[in-house]
Amino acid sequence: MNTEKLGFFKSGTPWVWLNAGAVSISMIMVVGLLILIAVRGLGHFWPKTIWEIDYLEGDNQIVLLGERSKTETVPAKQLVASGLHLGFEEEFVERTLLKIGNRDMNGVDFKLIVKPAEMEVRKPVDAIVFERTQWGNFYGFLQSLSENGDTLDIKSGALWDELQSRLKRVDDLRDEIHEIEKYEIGKINYKIEKLRLKQRRIELSGISDPDAVSDIKSQRKILDDEYEILKGELGKLYSAIARDQALMTIQDGREKQVKLADIIKATKPNAMGLGTKLGHYFVNLKNFVTDDPREANTEGGIFPAIFGTVMMVLLMSVIVTPFGVIAAIYLREYAKQGFVTRLVRISVNNLAGVPSIVYGVFGLGFFVYFLGGNIDQLFYPEALPSPTFGSGGLMWASLTLALLTVPVVIVATEEGLSRIPSSVREGSLALGATKAETLWRTVLPMASPAMMTGLILAVARAAGEVAPLMLVGAVKLAPSLPLDLNAPFLHLERKFMHLGFHIYDVGFQSPNVEAARPLVYATALILVVVIILLNLSAIYIRNHLREKYRTMEH
Amino acid sequence: MTIDTPVSDQVFHGKELKKIEDEEICMQCKDFSLFYGAKQALFDITMNIPSSRVTAFIGPSGCGKSTLLRCMNRMNDLVDGVTLKGEMLLRGEDVYGRSVNVTDLRRRVGMVFQKPNPFPKSIFENVAYGLRLQGVSNKREIEDRVEWSLKRAALWDEVGGRLQENAFELSGGQQQRLVIARAIAIQPEVLLLDEPASALDPISTLKIEELIFELKSQYTVVIVTHNMQQAARVSDYTAFLYLGELIEFDATDKLFTNPKEKKTEDYITGRYG
Repeated sequence: MNTEKLGFFKSGTPWVWLNAGAVSISMIMVVGLLILIAVRGLGHFWPKTIWEIDYLEGDNQIVLLGERSKTETVPAKQLVASGLHLGFEEEFVERTLLKIGNRDMNGVDFKLIVKPAEMEVRKPVDAIVFERTQWGNFYGFLQSLSENGDTLDIKSGALWDELQSRLKRVDDLRDEIHEIEKYEIGKINYKIEKLRLKQRRIELSGISDPDAVSDIKSQRKILDDEYEILKGELGKLYSAIARDQALMTIQDGREKQVKLADIIKATKPNAMGLGTKLGHYFVNLKNFVTDDPREANTEGGIFPAIFGTVMMVLLMSVIVTPFGVIAAIYLREYAKQGFVTRLVRISVNNLAGVPSIVYGVFGLGFFVYFLGGNIDQLFYPEALPSPTFGSGGLMWASLTLALLTVPVVIVATEEGLSRIPSSVREGSLALGATKAETLWRTVLPMASPAMMTGLILAVARAAGEVAPLMLVGAVKLAPSLPLDLNAPFLHLERKFMHLGFHIYDVGFQSPNVEAARPLVYATALILVVVIILLNLSAIYIRNHLREKYRTMEH
Repeated sequence: MTIDTPVSDQVFHGKELKKIEDEEICMQCKDFSLFYGAKQALFDITMNIPSSRVTAFIGPSGCGKSTLLRCMNRMNDLVDGVTLKGEMLLRGEDVYGRSVNVTDLRRRVGMVFQKPNPFPKSIFENVAYGLRLQGVSNKREIEDRVEWSLKRAALWDEVGGRLQENAFELSGGQQQRLVIARAIAIQPEVLLLDEPASALDPISTLKIEELIFELKSQYTVVIVTHNMQQAARVSDYTAFLYLGELIEFDATDKLFTNPKEKKTEDYITGRYG
């Protein structure tokens, strides 16, 4: 018996089970996390049913209209203890959080309903939800449409189609306005600012140059004229977009005139079939990924944040790879192996363990204030006191993260260099190659997959990092992307939005936490997807290199 | 694959051997000693490597034959803590002299290692590697020289049509001949072979041996081998090393049939090793 037991332990079977168990638990945790994020985040874009709920609260008849956001079962005792009069005896009560929208009229977006004894629930087919540019969602029923204040004579059956066609017109006008405001006026503003700086530079130089000044003035005049023309066009567009209004009734029968210009999207989710809902779902998802945020980031899309994250990671990769690789080559190939190299190596390894916020503080103190401040003094004195490089920006954020990730690249590259068989080096040296030639022509190409591995790890770490970015350039809302059509196209000094910071901001700094919660999950999902995509492209390159420089198989 | 009929003895020793003292000298060791730190690995070796002949080093493992070979093109420079005494001359010039450029030396004294070590490049680029290092950039010239080298290494018939393939696609024997082609592409004076066939199958070994025989018309070949039959088959002269000392150095026929030293006789009759 005893020996049998011993035999079982010696056979190694318990070990196998232990290992398999550890792997399964890790897998379950990772997959579970992803599923949770995906379900919570992706569910947000599904067109939800609008419920009309009718019940008595005390003596008041209450009618509510909205989407069910969450239902939970709570012990009745807990509610009684919090001062709620239930009016019936039950151990557990169902409590529902209803998104009732209409913040401009109700004051709040959400209402918590404890399921009363009697309650009538309906699914009105005509209920309409508007996604608006401000004040959040609107839930109600369409009564009539008006043009320039005159009510249109349309049969109630055709009202909905008329609304949609008029919304299409509003949408086109809005696009036109956006085009003019963002790009054309943006371009003019950029040029005017450049001219102002040029003039200031001439003033600062102390040399009077009347020709240049008058030249600037004439250019300025041209730009001002262009601006006036655009402003005139804009005025026309704005009055055109404000033409239509929809008269709506909300849940309690009150009426409200909603400007069509404020409506981004109008849907009747209760009247939709599965196919239509699916169509709307994907449109919503696409808009989330490609649109700018609205209403303090609680509505709209996250495109600038995705763009900022990818830009920053790419820039970081471009900076970190050469630095890390060169340092690793020196450490492994040229430096005399001894106490000092060992010390350097230990320091590099420990650098990877320094909390990232410490790098953030360093980046702020050294890059932003010291380097940026001096660059401003030397190269951009005309813009002072407003800083150019002297405040957080894309370049400083990338540099800070490069500093954070350079140990990973060094370690991985060193590892790769040490794995190159000495026979290959000897083969090259025996042909009369110098050490540098051997490195350049044979060793480095063979070590390139290891460098890519380092880069993959660096990207994974950098893309998820938020803390240091808050100090060196990530912002809640960046007015423009760091890459645009105004020369020099890549604006390294600009502040940028970042998905990680966006999650923090929407989830914890937002004025409307309940409404923004699904967005937090959705943004988290996008962040994970972005990191996976960045990594996959790096892995693809690495596998390609591996195939090319397959080392000897004996 | 058809195996060529073994080259007869007569062909092998077709070139009349002179007495060893009368041969033209290519490389010379004079009281050459080597220390790894405090441990002495080679003891006062004095020998002359004759020009355009095949010289074999034989001896049991750890006797210093590879070490001696690697001293001839200064591959031992890569090892830390090596100290040398005595002289190593190439055509009368000290290999370890101050004015000697190591890379130039290695171009004159090529080396092939025990394991085939092609670079992870195409067959063509492997052979062209040394040429490109020398700064040959004329495409035509490189192509000609690659073809010439592969033909000399008896590999052209097998790989001539697929020069752009990765060298790792080749078999072990083909890889070793590719490495030899790579070494002769830069036309060295001396070719050092460190157990070139020990990792190969018998057929590949035979091909390498034939190749070595072919090569001696143009190059001075020095080969280290574990395999006494191989030494007997391919070499003109054989040196027997034991525990870092040169025991005997003579014409191969003489050394194998009528050794002067007792230790040599014991080794070649298999008493130890």
